[in-house]
Amino acid sequence: MAVSQLVGAKIHRREDPRLITGHGRFTDDLPHQGLLHMVVVRSPYAHARIRSIGVEAAKKAPGVVAVYTAADFKDVIAGPATFVVAPVFAPIKLTNPPRYPIAAKEVCYQGEPVAVVIAEQRGQAADGAQLIDIDYEPLPAVMDLEEAVKPGSPKVHTDQPDNICWDATYVPWDKTDEAFKTADVVVKERIVQQRLSPNPMESRVVLAEYDSFDKRLTMWMSTQNPHWIRLFVAGALGMGEHAVRVVSHDVGGGFGSKISPYPEDFLVPASAKLLSRPVKYTETRTEAMQNAYAGRGQLYDVEVAAKKDGTLLGMRVTQMLDAGAYMALFSAFQTNTCLMAGGAYHWNAISSRSQGVLTNKIPTDPYRGAGRPEATHLVERMMDLLAVELNMDPVELRRKNFIRKEEFPYTQNFGLVIDSGDYEKAMDKALKMVGYEELRKKQKEQRKQGKLVGIGLSTWIELCGLGPGAATGPATGGVVLSESAQVKIHPAGGISIYVGTHNHGQGNDTTHAQIAADTLGVPMDLIDIRHGDTNEGPGFGYGTYGSRSLAVGGIAILRACGKVIDKGKKIAAHLLEAAEEDVVFDHGKFHVKGAPDKSKALGEVAFAAYGQLPSGMEQGLEAVSYFEPPNFVWPFGTHICVVEVDPETGAVDMQKYVAVDDCGNIVNPMIVAGQLHGGIAQGIAQALFEEMVYDEESGQLKTATFLDYPMLTANEMPLIQLDSTVTPSPTNEMGVKGIGEAGTIAASAAVINAICDALSPLGIKHVDMPASPDRLWEQMRRARAASNGNGKEARR
Amino acid sequence: MKHKVATTVNGHRQEHEVEPRLLLVHYLRDVVGLTGTHIGCDTSQCGACTILVDGKAVKSCTMFAVQAEGKKLTTIEGMAKDGELHPLQQAFWDEHGLQCGYCTPGFIMAAAYLLEQNPNPTEDEIRRGLEGNLCRCTGYVNIVKSVQSAAKAMGGAKTKAQPAVTAGGE
Repeated sequence: MAVSQLVGAKIHRREDPRLITGHGRFTDDLPHQGLLHMVVVRSPYAHARIRSIGVEAAKKAPGVVAVYTAADFKDVIAGPATFVVAPVFAPIKLTNPPRYPIAAKEVCYQGEPVAVVIAEQRGQAADGAQLIDIDYEPLPAVMDLEEAVKPGSPKVHTDQPDNICWDATYVPWDKTDEAFKTADVVVKERIVQQRLSPNPMESRVVLAEYDSFDKRLTMWMSTQNPHWIRLFVAGALGMGEHAVRVVSHDVGGGFGSKISPYPEDFLVPASAKLLSRPVKYTETRTEAMQNAYAGRGQLYDVEVAAKKDGTLLGMRVTQMLDAGAYMALFSAFQTNTCLMAGGAYHWNAISSRSQGVLTNKIPTDPYRGAGRPEATHLVERMMDLLAVELNMDPVELRRKNFIRKEEFPYTQNFGLVIDSGDYEKAMDKALKMVGYEELRKKQKEQRKQGKLVGIGLSTWIELCGLGPGAATGPATGGVVLSESAQVKIHPAGGISIYVGTHNHGQGNDTTHAQIAADTLGVPMDLIDIRHGDTNEGPGFGYGTYGSRSLAVGGIAILRACGKVIDKGKKIAAHLLEAAEEDVVFDHGKFHVKGAPDKSKALGEVAFAAYGQLPSGMEQGLEAVSYFEPPNFVWPFGTHICVVEVDPETGAVDMQKYVAVDDCGNIVNPMIVAGQLHGGIAQGIAQALFEEMVYDEESGQLKTATFLDYPMLTANEMPLIQLDSTVTPSPTNEMGVKGIGEAGTIAASAAVINAICDALSPLGIKHVDMPASPDRLWEQMRRARAASNGNGKEARR
Repeated sequence: MKHKVATTVNGHRQEHEVEPRLLLVHYLRDVVGLTGTHIGCDTSQCGACTILVDGKAVKSCTMFAVQAEGKKLTTIEGMAKDGELHPLQQAFWDEHGLQCGYCTPGFIMAAAYLLEQNPNPTEDEIRRGLEGNLCRCTGYVNIVKSVQSAAKAMGGAKTKAQPAVTAGGE
């Protein structure tokens, strides 16, 4: 790599000018002639049999062009039904109900499509949808995970054998017998990860146009991975991928919810094909909250065995994962919690088991962090519970058990190799920033005054940069999550770079250009970064999720640039009349070793590349690279949160939030900070506010608008102070790791640990999320009542 | 039955016949063709559709198009003048006040009204002033900073800067 000029600098984002002036190209903003609008008629029941569907009145409504039900799509959306919407990445597959994009006989979650109405105007389609007459026979809704797995439970799908999606034991319980037999202390806890609505501010939009003469399909849509969508849609519609183009320009946030395909991704192009007219579907917020693949939705039973001096011995983890009514593309990915449960610490042994459970709810799928926030939350909660049990400072307990920096690369209990780390350094920096010793002293005084003040730590680690084939292959049914890039240097020196990742807020168009500009030694302005169009660039792109756009996608760019430089050397050798091995490339120029004054600039070489070359040498200066990382990358850090809980109301006042994170070498510190801010905000929001609430009897979603689902506003967000340590990753040549999910992975544990610490004088050990005022008030009331019942004075 | 509506949008007179049920936001996006004003919810919570109506910030999903008769409307497309960004737009760019950019037009319009009313807001006043707008990407940290920096650029110089928020500090 050339001497760095741009990498590491705060470079303003090149994607911003259009977004701040109202010229973004979000799918719903695109002008289109002759467009029809689709409205989806959805099941109001969580579980019901469809007796009949009456469509005649709707068909006659003003402006309505077509009304379709499952029967109408049967010849257009073919292919194996499981491939249509649910390719399954499960460790051990037991029950995987087939999913068709529109229900024919039975609806299994509230919001499942039953019919579509297509009209000249969106309002007319909505009016027409009101006239669809469906006769349902309601069936029992399966909502509770523990009830769902019992023999004799009502079934989520009446034609399936049971409700157990998968059941996988990674390490059996007898492997931890010794740890628990020899332990001085054992702590146990049940930890709930509530369901979350992902809520990117832009709901999903799908627009499809079918050219019936050329038999080509073009889709514009809001997705994190257009190539995956092309693969699934082409397969389902029986078309070759060469005839399907998926375009995804600006996307208003994803957070994981725009990875997997959705029913409308098939219903819209199929309708466009049936009608030979362009069709658009624009999701409403309520539809998004009912139908976007939900985050988390897990239940953990955890036990930890330790010695009196705090040495960790063993852990046992059982995960019950609420898969919802069908398996989504990556729902089984979230079993990674079972492999990451040991966190940043040494353990003699860990046993873990995951059960995926079907329920009559929208499926769950990755949401920012996907399995890793859950792992951090459970291990960091257990560390604090153990610290209370041992009457030990939580900092000292962590320090005693940390994997030490000289031990990396470190093979953890499940065989994953943690590539790098220096956990103590990050923790010590955070302790200093927050003034830990002082805070603890002050806390003693405050407690005497009856104040409920707490300090919480989260010494988090993360596996990201998805991912090495050896690790992802078995979990994904053979799919390797590498990444592609194509670099084209045009004759006059302009450079187009096509990437397989996507950009929906991460700033990749800027950071990727920084990397390429440094590598090729040219100004950034000469480089155009292109993403989100399957008709451009390499044959396949894997998309953006799992904090992979830099650590995997960035390296693909670096390597494609390297290939171009190698080709350039051959051409430069010809121009300089030198041997190829004597030519070096430095700061955008080729010259003969030791003679830098006689050189050829990259632009000159590019021009020559398209002209006459010695025989045997091909024209052109372009290259494609696919990068499959040899390992994951492993960021880490320490977050510390200070809270005060109001003893009367249960309201949480977040007084300080300090984060020291290590994502290896940094390409653009401004963007890294932005990713951390947003990630931490989502972690705090899970800890304090957010929860999808269903009626346990009927399966109705009760939090289907922003009125009912509390989104964090500027008013609730505390000031956060960031700093970093830099431990370069040995996994890639740039030494970079991911940072997109880190904040979310770390934050919830720091907040809840702080709240539990604050409430510990009342005898409260554990608090589940969201730690809303009413929940805390009720827990405090019970704790005081219990304490009074023992004849003691209620402490306040 | 359709109704006539005449407005001034970003200084240009607009006259159309619209259905009485048409929301102002749909009028701007679908009829006038200005798609910078976005829609993020159905219940007037998110503020993505915020515009200025006779200088006041209004969520344009809370008005029918016909109610805008005779009014002066300013949308995000009307903020830059003669190729020069509005100080708020410049500040959002400089301070990394946006990520996916979907909510950004609404935030800029709401902030424009906030600074109109209070050219020198405290950090707390900015946070409370922007409570009606939702962002899922930024945690609001750099949005608050952007508004502080714009206030300074526009002449209200006394806003206190936040403590340094950086990464890569080692």
